Amino acid sequence: MKIRHLVPLLLFLALAVLLAFGLSHERSALPSPLIDRPLPDFRLAGVEAGKDKGGGGGEFVPAQMRGEVWLLNVWASWCVSCRAEHSVLIGLGRQLPVVGLNYKEVRGDGNLDARGLTPEMELSLARQRASAWLAAHGGSPFRATALDLDGRVGIDLGVYGVPESFLIDRAGRVRYKHTGPLTAQAVQQELLPRIEALQHEQK
Amino acid sequence: MRARQKRLLLVAIGMVLLLGAVALVLSAFRENLVFALTPSDVRAGKAPQGRTVRLGGQVVPGTLAREADGLTVRFVVTDTAENVDVHYRGVLPDLFREGRGAVVQGALQADGRFVATEVLAKHDENYMPPEAAHALEAAHRAATTAVRP
Amino acid sequence: MIVEFGHFALVLAAVMALVQAVAPLVGAARASYGLMVLARPAALAQFGCVVIAWGCLTDAFVRADFSVRLVANSAHSTTPLIYRITGVWGSHEGALLLWVLSLAAWTLAVCLGSRRLPLVFAARVIGVLGAVSTGFLVFMLATSNPFVRLLPAAGEGRDLNPLLQDPGMIIHPPLLYMGYVGFAVAFAFAIAALLGGRLDAAWARWARPWTTLAWVFLTAGIVLGSGWSYYELGWGGWWFWDPVENASFMPWLVGTALIHSLAVTEKRGAFRGWTVLLAIGAFSLSLLGTFLVRSGVVSSVHAFAADPARGSFILVLLVLVIGASLLLYAWRAPRLGGGGHFGLLSRETTLLGNNVLLLVVAASVLLGTLYPLALDALDLGKISVGPPYFEAVFVPLMAPVVVLMVVGPLLRWKGEAVRALRRFVPGAVMALVLGALGVLGVSRAAAVGWPGWRTALGLGLAAWVAVGCVQLLWERIKPPRVSLPPAAWWGMWLAHFGVGLFIVGATLVGSLQSSLDLRMRPGESADFAGYAVRLVQVDERSGPNYDALAATLDISRAGRPVAVLHPEKRFYRTIGMPMTEAAIDVGLFRDLYAALGEQLPGGDWIVSLHDKPFISWIWAGCAMMILGGLLAVVDRRYRRGGRRR
Repeated sequence: MKIRHLVPLLLFLALAVLLAFGLSHERSALPSPLIDRPLPDFRLAGVEAGKDKGGGGGEFVPAQMRGEVWLLNVWASWCVSCRAEHSVLIGLGRQLPVVGLNYKEVRGDGNLDARGLTPEMELSLARQRASAWLAAHGGSPFRATALDLDGRVGIDLGVYGVPESFLIDRAGRVRYKHTGPLTAQAVQQELLPRIEALQHEQK
Repeated sequence: MRARQKRLLLVAIGMVLLLGAVALVLSAFRENLVFALTPSDVRAGKAPQGRTVRLGGQVVPGTLAREADGLTVRFVVTDTAENVDVHYRGVLPDLFREGRGAVVQGALQADGRFVATEVLAKHDENYMPPEAAHALEAAHRAATTAVRP
Repeated sequence: MIVEFGHFALVLAAVMALVQAVAPLVGAARASYGLMVLARPAALAQFGCVVIAWGCLTDAFVRADFSVRLVANSAHSTTPLIYRITGVWGSHEGALLLWVLSLAAWTLAVCLGSRRLPLVFAARVIGVLGAVSTGFLVFMLATSNPFVRLLPAAGEGRDLNPLLQDPGMIIHPPLLYMGYVGFAVAFAFAIAALLGGRLDAAWARWARPWTTLAWVFLTAGIVLGSGWSYYELGWGGWWFWDPVENASFMPWLVGTALIHSLAVTEKRGAFRGWTVLLAIGAFSLSLLGTFLVRSGVVSSVHAFAADPARGSFILVLLVLVIGASLLLYAWRAPRLGGGGHFGLLSRETTLLGNNVLLLVVAASVLLGTLYPLALDALDLGKISVGPPYFEAVFVPLMAPVVVLMVVGPLLRWKGEAVRALRRFVPGAVMALVLGALGVLGVSRAAAVGWPGWRTALGLGLAAWVAVGCVQLLWERIKPPRVSLPPAAWWGMWLAHFGVGLFIVGATLVGSLQSSLDLRMRPGESADFAGYAVRLVQVDERSGPNYDALAATLDISRAGRPVAVLHPEKRFYRTIGMPMTEAAIDVGLFRDLYAALGEQLPGGDWIVSLHDKPFISWIWAGCAMMILGGLLAVVDRRYRRGGRRR
């Protein structure tokens, strides 16, 4: 064996190390900076109208989930992948409470020109669209649905694509983030073990 | 002896060619690398003026405006921490939307505007281009560290 | 039920592939006849299983069975039938199945075409193919099973990405994969030669048609992909140096080097180690291409949601296959022995020169593709390497390749005296004159003074190729020769001539093209590139799964109608995605290309017009390369050569 015949192998191994580096780097870049930190606080209107006229009945604040392990799912009716994960979410809703964060229902839809809408019109349009979509896709998996009309909460959460899901513990801290649509496999392998562990955790 | 000389000559020619190619690659790299920056980078003065860079971020909703000629558009790209005004003349890609991620390629002008020569959008609808996602992520990390040290 | 059957067939295919890998390789090592003859039936069974799995998946797509996740993700009940069938390979899982199917098809072809090869050798080739196939089948079953059910079933599916709902996309992936995977055959031949220690002219004669055929497929696949992006992406570019394009271009470059190196190994017995290395390299780059596209390691406009698990799996596969074969190479290459000697001025030297240059080009493309990744991995900042880099490197490196491409076939094997160079003087002078005339023509047409060194270089090279091809033809058929050259010779001639046409097209479209974005109101006219363009109207139109706005553009020149173009803006209902559908008036000397932009408030439209002179020459040149490759494949000498042994 001569050294020069080993050159291709060595070059390839260097390349493989680089690729492995690239792979692991990509992965480490994904976790949210929010992991193990408290969920940013917010107060948003819910999908059910009417109740909030009397003083916030239809509103959602994360504090009302204190003491429970829950999932915050970011979705929108214009989001195509949300359709794919919807059935998975319905199944998951039996395991733990799921709260929907509807992300820019009206403004995010590139096919609508939302500039002429007043805030009231936008809110009622968003409610109408969101509940119609839920009804058309086999019902709502959500205990509550908060409307993030301008996407500000989404920015606080570091959302960079819809759908995304955050797993939140009893103390209100974000413990896990899933980017992209939830699949049965992802639920089985990534979520359920963590949910069980969190549910056994002391408050 | 002659065969040996011939071989040496071939190897020498090969080496010269290879060195030439390496020089070519290096100079091409030096002249044509495009840095991918975030709006925060641009505000921090990391974008060399007049040189082509890529800027990634989210298009701020409600900022897309057309000038009278109908072809020149202006919009604001943000990484949630800083904003940059972008000017572009041409047809926007199909997937360009307010509120979504975008990557623009162009150069920063002396007056702080970013004049884009190219606006890029991904084939896939639901994810931002990685550069745009990176910009938001980086700004977010900076913000979280600043607020909660 | 059929879906589960397909899944089962896939598992069975993996088992069969394992048998196909282990039995013949062990048999060859132990000289066991009984084990070696298992190779063909196992390969046949594997092919059958993969075809069944494929059929089951296609059936699920055709029936629009939304209880299968893959179907629900890339089909809709309104998707036209043809796109439901091609939607099978519109996703990651389906594309992998196509990969495996191509490999099984190649293996079957090798089984049928290798009856005259020595049994030990054929067993090793089939065994190596089986090993590769096993790796991919296991990868598929472990991380990307296409038969996963969706429970409960979706009521309706997402549509197939509209970009893929196009005739070009129906055949682009299969051709590309047949090319990628075809290099597996050359790779298997090389590994079998290393294992057996036999690598001679006969080996090269066996390997040549397979390699050329793979090259033909890859070329056709790349060209179709390029044509697709030309008319589908809506802005008239035809090559973007996108990472995914580069992933297919790198194996092409190395494969081109390989088919030429094989010629030397066959005719002169030289370059043996080099040929083997290129065969390993071409297939390794195909695998690397698969890795780059499927792992999301490099960002590209061809978006694929990154999946690190898949990426790690392919990387492991990559390291196993390539690492093991390069180790084998390092161990066995010294035994292959050197070939015939040759002089400095000989066909061998020019071919070696071209080989090295093609490899350097491939390396620089690889470097440009992976450099952003390397910097990012080292946290040195995010950068992107765009077309300017690739053009700055590619053009100067390919220029000498084209020069040598003409010189090589005109030189003799073994070597000639320096005075033989005198034969090239008339041709070189003629090429210079023609090139200068071309430059003059371009500067007139584009109304600029000096059209730039790149145009001059391109036209000069194209003229050099054309003159050289004429000279080559004359020297080959001039009296007193009576016999016509064989098919393979014509194939070489045609492919080289095609390179000339390609250079004319690529150069002229680069220096003469123009484009204009216009704001137009229906009824309004505008002048563009010597044509009068009138926007007649914009109508609503609806397709099976989309609604469209279709413009009618009347194009005329000096009052005479030239064409009516109907560019569309489509909106795909299910996936909620807008798409620009360009309209092109194709011509021999220019394409007129129109795309419809947004509607502006007030009812005006943005219309984008492109004038693309000589772009058809690019496609014509590539078609000639493909045709040339096919002629070389069907040459009777190779079939007879196999029979004799």
